[in-house]
Amino acid sequence: MNAIILTAVWGIVMMLSGAFIKNKSIPKYLAIGGIVITIIANCRELLTGQLLFAIDVKDMLHTTGTNLTFITIMLACTLLYFLLNGRDIEKVGDHVAEYFALIFFVLCGVCLVSTFNTLLMLFIGIEIISIPLYILTGSDKRNLKSNEAALKYFLMGAFSTGLMLMGIAFVYGGNPAASFFLDKINMGAGAMPVMIVIGLVLLMISMSFKVSAAPFHFWTPDVYDGAPTVFTSFMATIVKAAGFFAFVRLFDNAFGSIQPQWQKLIVIITAATLLIGNLTAVFQQSVKRMLAYSSIAQAGFMLFALFALSARGRDGLVLYTAAYSLATIGIFAVLIKMNDYTIDGFNGLAKKQPVLAFTATIFLLSLTGIPATAGFQGKFYMLLAAVGNGNHLWLVILAVLCAAISAYYYFRIIQAMYFKESNEATTQDWDISLSFKILLIIVAAIIVILGISPDLIINWLHFEA
Amino acid sequence: MQTLGLRFPELLLWSPLIAGLLCFIVKSDKNAKALALFSSLLTLAISFATLIYADDKYLSGMMDKYTWLNSIGASFQIELNGMGRLLTFLTAFSFPIIFIATYKNTYKNANAFYALMLLSQAGLMGVFTAMDALVFYFFWELALIPVYFLCSRWGGERRIQATFKFFVYTFTGSLLMLVGIIYVYLHTQPVRDANTGAILNEHSFAWASFRAALFTASAQKWLFWLFFVAFAIKMPIFPFHTWQPDTYEQSPTAVTMVLSGIMVKMGVFAVIRWLLPIFPEAAADNSMLIIGLSVFGMIYASLIAIKQDDLKRLVAYSSIAHIGLMCAAIFSAKQIGQAGVMIQMFSHGINIIGLWIVVDLIEKQTGVRKISQLGGIANKAPILTIMLVVIAFANIALPLTNAFVGEFMMFNGLFQFNIWYAAIAGLSIILAAVYTLNMVQKVFYGQTNSITENVKEIALNEKIILGVIVIAIFVIGIFPQPMLNLTKDVAAVILNKGQ
Repeated sequence: MNAIILTAVWGIVMMLSGAFIKNKSIPKYLAIGGIVITIIANCRELLTGQLLFAIDVKDMLHTTGTNLTFITIMLACTLLYFLLNGRDIEKVGDHVAEYFALIFFVLCGVCLVSTFNTLLMLFIGIEIISIPLYILTGSDKRNLKSNEAALKYFLMGAFSTGLMLMGIAFVYGGNPAASFFLDKINMGAGAMPVMIVIGLVLLMISMSFKVSAAPFHFWTPDVYDGAPTVFTSFMATIVKAAGFFAFVRLFDNAFGSIQPQWQKLIVIITAATLLIGNLTAVFQQSVKRMLAYSSIAQAGFMLFALFALSARGRDGLVLYTAAYSLATIGIFAVLIKMNDYTIDGFNGLAKKQPVLAFTATIFLLSLTGIPATAGFQGKFYMLLAAVGNGNHLWLVILAVLCAAISAYYYFRIIQAMYFKESNEATTQDWDISLSFKILLIIVAAIIVILGISPDLIINWLHFEA
Repeated sequence: MQTLGLRFPELLLWSPLIAGLLCFIVKSDKNAKALALFSSLLTLAISFATLIYADDKYLSGMMDKYTWLNSIGASFQIELNGMGRLLTFLTAFSFPIIFIATYKNTYKNANAFYALMLLSQAGLMGVFTAMDALVFYFFWELALIPVYFLCSRWGGERRIQATFKFFVYTFTGSLLMLVGIIYVYLHTQPVRDANTGAILNEHSFAWASFRAALFTASAQKWLFWLFFVAFAIKMPIFPFHTWQPDTYEQSPTAVTMVLSGIMVKMGVFAVIRWLLPIFPEAAADNSMLIIGLSVFGMIYASLIAIKQDDLKRLVAYSSIAHIGLMCAAIFSAKQIGQAGVMIQMFSHGINIIGLWIVVDLIEKQTGVRKISQLGGIANKAPILTIMLVVIAFANIALPLTNAFVGEFMMFNGLFQFNIWYAAIAGLSIILAAVYTLNMVQKVFYGQTNSITENVKEIALNEKIILGVIVIAIFVIGIFPQPMLNLTKDVAAVILNKGQ
């Protein structure tokens, strides 16, 4: 609750600061301050249940230890993202304060979809996330690719929003209580009126679209590639994680009792996502585009939370999104500093920028899922949940084979950085401060610590004030 | 709870790990080298102590257990039993030898090189002591990562492709094993508090729980293969061996020694520790097939070895043949054969390291590894030749050498299992004699040529190291009883599941 209000208010503060403050570097500090305040308020709510504003939400929002921990993780990731990329956000264009304001609005949406208890709140949350993202994607106004990406994203996004609304309408009409509340929709095992089924399928399609699960992923590579890299980083991590969290919450609470009936659909989506994401990523030459496909591939693993729909799967999802977000934010922060986004552009980076190369290696190892990194623990929990479900063990085997494929494209970058000589024709000025390097090391350290002790996150998920 | 927490298993783990991390920080190459050597000697001393105080329950740490992941019931549990003691000793013994033998080699970024070497040692120690499946998986993977970087960074011309093939093979195998581990985990019995009987955890990763896990016979069948493929790739067993010759050839020699001397033992070890006790029925059902593959691989690798002109590839293929015999002996499920595997794991480790040292010496002096281009080294370096001949005899398993004891026992076990397999596998001894003696003859005897004219006698450090290996070969060959005693409990454990 605290986080929802504070992020919304701070978004407005940021907008106003754009009108009154001409100095370009102040918005960054203002934004960092805002996020720190929000984190503190949110942690306070988690620990003591203390609310800053007593608002009766009529049970339309529901806060638990899991929700609040998830929001804390997302806010912390945003903080790291601001700290790492603040200067690069300033470089995107003239409207620095507005970019930050839009990001805060997205965060407000993230908090909403993490706590929703009715379909209406879900819809509002998803829209609050999406609309600022359309703008951020097109924020590099003079770049045709950015414009194209924004338009594509907007058209496809609007279409999926339409489907979602229609799905909500069917579900609303299909349940006897005519209610938007999740627990009312959930009518117990075997109760499957046609309207509910249609609504369920429509909701599944639109949510799959939001989290870029195949076969609804076609917008992802183009949008991620076209958007300014700093915003791709934000979209691929925090937004995607929130989308998944909402996806699982929705299907768990509203349709959990009829899971055996729709599990087959999820199996198909998961298998397609894993295969398409991993196999296409192998052929990419641009690291940015490769990371776009890799984000689809990683979505395949996150879908196991829906497949299993167990307590362990939910815990695992939070761990997975945290691990994935940290590593992806890190690798994008390194990527932004490169002039050349192709894999060859990374050649010999270890000699020129040892810290960047070393931390990037940790991030890539985490994405691959090597033990002693957070990524391994995420994958491990997901596999644990999936095997625990007992059905469709072939899907688990497929997933680990895909993880082996993912080693191929992630390790290509490591190979380029460490084992190949740089083509010395391109010397570039490195705009890298000491604090940036220290931050990268901190992110890498967090990944390793979480990899050794994931209980640091897992224990908080079951915390009740 | 003991107040002084550090015990042998932990010391074996921490000493290389900390030294490895320190090596990254050390700036001077010389200091890094010295630090690495010092730490490896320290580890060796600790390992000696584990043999001397083998009966001391406290120091040997029969129950070193810390809660690790409370929510899923994984604990950091390491201990030293007979086989673990043997293999940690092999690891501890090999690293100083490798460091001293290659002491004069210079590497770019030597500190990173030695740091990664030590980290791989720490990973190996973890694999050999882990008694919790998740801990085991952790170290199993962690031992691989430093080796990946070592080979790709300091290897030969085609190192990147060769190492990557190796990496993808083993990584795929490991992930399949992970699925297997999870499945077995979910079928373990609840862990109860010893006093109250309250359920502490629904499931557990501990070795003992895995052994007591209940699942259907059909599940056991496919689980067996999930695990076995991972181990077979590591050993390697035909047809999973294709990464091996390339990787051995392309890796820097010090790393090849680690790979062939110790890392392949991970596979053998894992079959004995994690496969046979957990899936005894499936192992028995599949033993004909697996022994068949192993025996076929032995003959196949031996025949290829005869054709090899490259010294490194020759040793690589000879290693496949030897490992094949170990695998066959394990699955023959006869006590004498498995006791033979124990002793042979150690013997093969030091013998092959000895061979690599000789290969490396020749390559450093002449710059070539082609058997056809070498000749007459015996005239120039008689001491080197004597040492090599002893090691070569050990490679053929002549009596009085260490390999004889192990191979004799393994053939004995195989013979009891199936006489035809034993007969066919026996051919590999003859083939081993063919390729080994052929190599000795062509490289060391005959006339010197333009390439070998300037070969000098080996230096003192190399003499000492080869001397140590030769002495070890004879000592174990003549008096193997202490080593057999060390591991005698293991075979009994494997053969008596459920009793």
